[in-house]
Amino acid sequence: MGVKLLLDKANVPGIRTYDVYRREGGYSAVEKALKEMNPETIVEEVKKSGLRGRGGAGFPAGMKWSFIAKPEGVPRHLVCNADESEPGTFKDRYLMEFLPHLLLEGLIIASFALGSNDTYIYIRGEYAWIPDILEEAINEAKANGWLGKNILGTGFDCNIHVQRGAGAYICGEETALIESLEGRRGNPRIKPPFPAIQGLWMRPTVVNNVETLAAVVPIIHMGGDEYAKIGVGKSTGTKLISACGNINKPGVYEIDMTVSVEDFIYSDEYCGGIKGGKQLKACIPGGSSVPILPANLLLKTAKGETRYMNYESLSDGGFATGSMMGSGGFIVLDEDQCIVKNTLTLARFYRHESCGQCSPCREGTGWMEKILMKIEQGKGEMSDIDLLWDIQRKIEGNTICPLGDAASWPVAAAIRHFRDEFEWHVKNPELSQTSNFGLQHYADPIHIPA
Amino acid sequence: MGMQFNEIQMTEFKRLVARYPEGKQKSALLPALHLAQESFDGWLSVETMDYIASLLNIEPIEVYEVASFYSMYNLKPVGKFVFEVCQTGPCMISGSDNIIDYIKQTLDIKPGETTKDGVFTLKLVECLGACGYAPMMQVGKIYKEHLTKEKVDAIIAEYRQLAASKN
Ligand SMILES: Cc1cc2nc3c(=O)[nH]c(=O)nc-3n(C[C@H](O)[C@H](O)[C@H](O)COP(=O)(O)O)c2cc1C
Ligand code: SF4
Ligand code: FES
Repeated sequence: MGVKLLLDKANVPGIRTYDVYRREGGYSAVEKALKEMNPETIVEEVKKSGLRGRGGAGFPAGMKWSFIAKPEGVPRHLVCNADESEPGTFKDRYLMEFLPHLLLEGLIIASFALGSNDTYIYIRGEYAWIPDILEEAINEAKANGWLGKNILGTGFDCNIHVQRGAGAYICGEETALIESLEGRRGNPRIKPPFPAIQGLWMRPTVVNNVETLAAVVPIIHMGGDEYAKIGVGKSTGTKLISACGNINKPGVYEIDMTVSVEDFIYSDEYCGGIKGGKQLKACIPGGSSVPILPANLLLKTAKGETRYMNYESLSDGGFATGSMMGSGGFIVLDEDQCIVKNTLTLARFYRHESCGQCSPCREGTGWMEKILMKIEQGKGEMSDIDLLWDIQRKIEGNTICPLGDAASWPVAAAIRHFRDEFEWHVKNPELSQTSNFGLQHYADPIHIPA
Repeated sequence: MGMQFNEIQMTEFKRLVARYPEGKQKSALLPALHLAQESFDGWLSVETMDYIASLLNIEPIEVYEVASFYSMYNLKPVGKFVFEVCQTGPCMISGSDNIIDYIKQTLDIKPGETTKDGVFTLKLVECLGACGYAPMMQVGKIYKEHLTKEKVDAIIAEYRQLAASKN
C-alpha cells in the first residue's frame, strides 16, 4: 500500500459530515496554521513541500502564492478551480463529494496565507448536486467557528462562496474562469497582467485547483520538508489519478508517484488490468490534452527504462516518445479501440469548447474535426493526414490561451505514433467501417506483463 | 410583465447577489440564469433574459451574450426531462455509441429533438466528469452512470411515471 494523505479517511462512514470529520482530527491543520503560524511561514512551508499545481500545468504552488501583489487597501482573493472538464478527469469531483471538509480546511489555510476574506469555489455547472454538499459543509464550518468573523480569535475574517459555471471547458483556464465569475463569457484574457496582480475584479487573485488546496492540509500537518520526502525528485507528495477506459477497476486512486505505469495498470490495488483479458493498445495518461502513447512507449521509455507515474517520468522523451502527467486523467484503450475515432471525439470536443477568440483555434479545431470525420467515415485521402499534421502545427503556440495547444497535441501524437492506422483507414474504406486495425501497427512485439 | 420570481425564488436570488462586493452584482449572472431556467420551464426566453437584466441592472445584451455562450442554458423550449448523453473519448471507448443508438431508437428521436408528448429531449454532450463510470448521462441535476440498455429502459419508465404524476 502506498502512502495516502488525502484519501486516507475517505472510507470512514459519515466523513462528509462535520462531526465525524472533526472527530477524526479534522480542522487541526487550520488550528495549527492560524494559531502557531503566520501567512509568511505558511507560504514558506508550501514552498518547501515542492507541491506542484494539480490542475494540469504543475506550477509550484508556494511560488505562485509568493507572487500575489499586496497593494495597500485593495482586497485579495483566492479562487478554487473546480471546473474539472478535461476529458478523463474526475478526481476533484471525488474530493468534493466525499471529503468536502478537507477542501474547506485547505481553503481556510490558503485564504489566511493570501489574505483572502472572500474566497470563491468555481465549480462546473454540471456537477449540480455538489454545491449543496459544499454549502452544507460551509454552514457546518461556520457554525463551529472555522469560517466567518474573527476565526479562532485571530482577527481573520473569511467567507467561502460556491459559484456554478454553466457548461464551458474553457472556464477551467484561470483567466476565463475569472471572466465567468464576473458574469461574462469565458474568454481568456491576454497575460500579462497575471491574476496575481490583476485578477478577479482587477484585484490580486490566486487560482488553484481543488486537489492542490486539499494537499495544503497534510503539508501543514507534517511540514513542508517531510511532505517533500514522499515521492521522487520534483514529484513530491501524492497525486490523485482518475483512471477510466478499458480497465477492470476504473476510479480515483491516490498514488505516491513511485509506482510504475505497469503496476498502476495491472496491479489489483489500482486498475486491476485490462478488461476482458484483452491487450493494452494505448493510453492517454494525463487527461485528453496530453499525447497518447502506444503500449510499448507507455510501459517503458524509449531508452528501455521503466516508466513511472510521476511528472518527470511520464514526460521522459518529450513529445517524441513521452507524454505528460497533466491533470491525472488516465485513459486506457484496449486492442479493440480505434485511434482515429478516439482522436475524432477529442477533436470534436476541442472544436466545441473553443471560445472563438483566436482564428487558428476557432478555425483549426473545426478543420481538424472535419478531416478526421472524413477519414473515419472512409472518405479520406492520404494527403489529409499531412494536412491534419500541418493544421495542428499552425495552431500550436499561436493562440491566446493553451486550449489551442491542448487541441493540437492529441492529433499530433495520434499521427506520430499511429500513422499506419490512419493510412489503413484511407486505404481500406470499407474494411475500416466494419473492423478495426487492432494491434497491427506495432513494430516491436508489445510487452504484456504476466 | 410575464414571468417573475415568486417569493422563494426571489429570496434565493437575493442570496446569490449578496455573495459579491458592492457594485459587482453582475457576477451573479450565471447563477441567476440557472435559477431562472429552473424556475421557468427549463429554458430561457428573451422575456426571461430581459427580466434578469432588469433585476441585475445590466443591459439585456450582457445577458444574451452570456446565455448563448454556455452550453447548459437552453435558448429554446425543451422536454420535461433532458437526457444529456456524454459522447467524448472515454465514454465512447466504453460503449456510449450503443447507448445513444438505443435511446434514439426507443424514444424515436434524434439528438436535439423532443418526443411528441413533450416529455423527453435528447442532447449529446461532451465529457461530464464521470468517465470512470461510463457510459453515462445527466438528467436534470442527477448523473445516471454505468448505463446499460436495461438501465436506460428503467430510467425512461421512471421519468415517464414522474411526468404523468406531474400532470
Ligand atoms: C483550456 C484549459 C482548461 C483548464 N481546465 C482546468 C480545470 O478544469 N481545472 C483546473 O484546476 N485547472 C484547469 N486549467 C489550468 C488553470 O488555468 C490553472 O493553471 C490552474 O487552475 C492553476 O491551479 P494549480 O496551480 O493549483 O494547478 C485549465 C487550463 C486550460 C488552458
Ligand atoms: S486558444 Fe482557443 S480557447 Fe483559447 S482564447 Fe484562443 S480561441 Fe479561445
Ligand atoms: S468522457 Fe464521458 S464523462 Fe468523461
